[in-house]
Amino acid sequence: MNTASPDLVIDVRGLVKNFGRTQVLKGLDLQVNRGEVHAFLGPNGAGKTTTLRLLLGLLRSDGGSMSVLGLDPWSQAADVHRRLAYVPGDVALWPGLSGGEVIDLLGRLHGGIDQARRTELLERFDLDPTKKARTYSKGNRQKVALVAALATDAELYLLDEPTAGLDPLMEAQFKECVVQLRDAGRSVLLSSHILSEAEVLSDRVSIIRDGAVVETGTLDQLRHLTRTTVSATVARSPEGVEALTGVYAATLTGDRFTAQVDADGVAPLLAALSSAGATSLVSHPPTLEELFLSHYSEPGGAP
Amino acid sequence: MTGTWPLVRLALRRDRILLPAWIIGLSLMVASSVTATRDLYPTRESLTSAAETINATAALVALYGKVYDPTSLGAISLIKLTAFGAAIVGIIFVFIVIRHTRAEEESGRLELIGAGAVGRAAPLTASLIVSMGASVVLGVLTALGLGAAGLAWGGAFAFGLSWALAGIVFSAIAAVAAQAMTSARAAIGVGVAAVGAAYALRAVGDLGDADPGLLSWLSPVGWSQQIRPFAGDRWWIAAVPIVATAVLVPIAYSLRARRDLGSGLVPERGGPALGTIGGVMGLAWRLQRGLFIAWALGSALMGMVLGSVAHTIAGLLNSPEMAKFFEALGGSQGLTTMFLAAEIGILGSLVGAYAIAAASRLRSEETAGHVELLLSTPATRVRWATSHLAFACVGSAIIIVITGSAIGLAHGLAIGDVGGQVPRLFAASAGQVPAALVIAGIVMLLFGVAPRMVVGAWGLLVAFIVLGEFGSLWQLPQWALDVSPFAHSPRLPGGEVDPGQLALLTGVAAVLIAVGLVAWRRRDLRP
Ligand SMILES: Nc1ncnc2c1ncn2[C@@H]1O[C@H](COP(=O)(O)OP(=O)(O)O)[C@@H](O)[C@H]1O
Ligand SMILES: [Mg+2]
Repeated sequence: MNTASPDLVIDVRGLVKNFGRTQVLKGLDLQVNRGEVHAFLGPNGAGKTTTLRLLLGLLRSDGGSMSVLGLDPWSQAADVHRRLAYVPGDVALWPGLSGGEVIDLLGRLHGGIDQARRTELLERFDLDPTKKARTYSKGNRQKVALVAALATDAELYLLDEPTAGLDPLMEAQFKECVVQLRDAGRSVLLSSHILSEAEVLSDRVSIIRDGAVVETGTLDQLRHLTRTTVSATVARSPEGVEALTGVYAATLTGDRFTAQVDADGVAPLLAALSSAGATSLVSHPPTLEELFLSHYSEPGGAP
Repeated sequence: MTGTWPLVRLALRRDRILLPAWIIGLSLMVASSVTATRDLYPTRESLTSAAETINATAALVALYGKVYDPTSLGAISLIKLTAFGAAIVGIIFVFIVIRHTRAEEESGRLELIGAGAVGRAAPLTASLIVSMGASVVLGVLTALGLGAAGLAWGGAFAFGLSWALAGIVFSAIAAVAAQAMTSARAAIGVGVAAVGAAYALRAVGDLGDADPGLLSWLSPVGWSQQIRPFAGDRWWIAAVPIVATAVLVPIAYSLRARRDLGSGLVPERGGPALGTIGGVMGLAWRLQRGLFIAWALGSALMGMVLGSVAHTIAGLLNSPEMAKFFEALGGSQGLTTMFLAAEIGILGSLVGAYAIAAASRLRSEETAGHVELLLSTPATRVRWATSHLAFACVGSAIIIVITGSAIGLAHGLAIGDVGGQVPRLFAASAGQVPAALVIAGIVMLLFGVAPRMVVGAWGLLVAFIVLGEFGSLWQLPQWALDVSPFAHSPRLPGGEVDPGQLALLTGVAAVLIAVGLVAWRRRDLRP
């Protein structure tokens, strides 16, 4: 089962998980290289949390193979956990324990934490460790789990939508922490449905949709899949652009022309625009939102 | 008040199995006690002498109260269910009210509801409507059951009223606790303590010379008792709990009006910035200690009270007829011993409730989502499960022997033989430990195999206790009585110790725990 190459910290192949009669993971493949920040992107309900719980041995798989840090997360859970840190998507803390107590408990279970790092993180995230967990907001509970995880010296960090409850200031702090981890050569799997986060942070991206990874690669590799958006100001209506191969959704509103274009449609479109007396031209590569749309708007895709 | 009715419907939906089961179970129990008692004491003389025995025995009066009309079949057959029953009803309604108020608030679900079109007091109103409505239904069904069993309708409705009022008053008390405390656990603690205090107050009051003493009038359980169903049917007493409810409910509302969602009256103190919890076991102690200490203190107190009255059982030997009867059972010495054994048996099975409460932490930690965080560390599933299980098992054992020693101490003080009675009753109570381990094992098995059914352990415990208390009265076959682990515990002091039975109980407990642990290791986390 452990045929994974040594530089894969996560190697999942054909992973299947059923809850009762519903199949939530339908042959999921996921590879994370050592030392990379890997974004695990997908809409709500796609199966991100389920995948992470399987990677932690909290759930039992119904098929496929999994290896985390070269080990089987189900039968060797404790050995795997010694080398990773996890932040759940929905952080639930013991209401009667203070934040500081939770951080230190989790730290001790991991075999001790770095006190200097703990202090630094508490300051960075502006978290009061003396408050009882009962009185923390969702964001503050998330911060407790983040501080505990980031203060742990681990090879692999599994973060399930870690910024969902954070305000923009804290999100920026979090991003800095992830950059530090990458610089220190740690591996990070970061699940998210917030695309800007992945765009800024990740080396590679896997897109999960309806229980299977539909696309994986660097952002550059994925961008070629989608069309560049072109906007121009024109003097007259460009002739026959709708008929050009590789040009889609051409519209003219007053003197504003927009269209989406494949690689092989660029040259003919530029020619048509120049003969239409274009006075300005803007083109931009697709955002991850558009990348998502191109996957999820295909026939049979999720809404 | 907007949004109250949808919340009432939601609460009824959530309780659609538990609530009817309790109501029907309790009313059937009442009716069947009557028919069984009628068979047990077929003549008026036997009935009266049984009632007089109870009234003459301080220990039994403390436990159950007095039979206010020794010639009344209703009064004698319901003696075990009047004060004790009102306390059980009280505990059930404390749970129901807090389940729909503070527990909901704590889980954050009310925040979701609060964002919708729901008034801030609506959850409180809804839970009171459900619990007080259920109290009335319970009272009516109980009365119908008693009437159908052939008792006078007046007494039947008086008894139904006494239970309904117990449900209503304790609902109001729980409503106040739910607003004052910040956690469901603390609110339940306050509510159950109120029931316990009410039960103890009336025990002391009933022993007083006045009929009853002042303390009974301070106790909601005492109020239910003093309606005296089938022994005068004093309807006017109902005014006391009604006035109490009318005072308590507005207090709950004004507390609610003055606080924010999630907060309580008792302000939240901060905690330490640095943690000292060393690991899974330390965490279990932290989460379990409140329950354990409360039980240890409570059972020490209960043991002292029961132990101090045990010797009075011999008082009934004043009647020459009874003396002759009990001579056959071993004389006055034998009688006290029998009573001590019965007390230890009852308290031993009540400790089963502690075993369930402690072991059920496994499930509540899982549903709360705390386990996900813990088990993502190197802590293993088995280590975590055994940490809480250790409290259920070792904690039960300690509480049981504390109870026994307290009985021994108080009884020893009363008869001037502390040095002899403490070790004797310590050893006697130790015999109850294996049955408590079986109860903890049942919870572990359910947790591993069918986690959603863990709460069913409570139903089993009630069934076991009912089998022990009423099974022989109902003349059930031996195999049915043997289903209860408590039936296999030795009757100590005075009885024989059968090592085979103790080994059987311990073995069953070990198997239940082992199977539960293996199943838990192999299953998904199921929040
Ligand atoms: N314990 C469970 N039982 C049944 N269905 C579940 C369970 N956990 C998750 N699901 C379902 O599995 C799907 C994937 O959920 P999840 O992994 O939480 O998605 P994501 O994290 O991507 O939002 C959802 O449709 C969810 O309803
Ligand atoms: Mg999720």
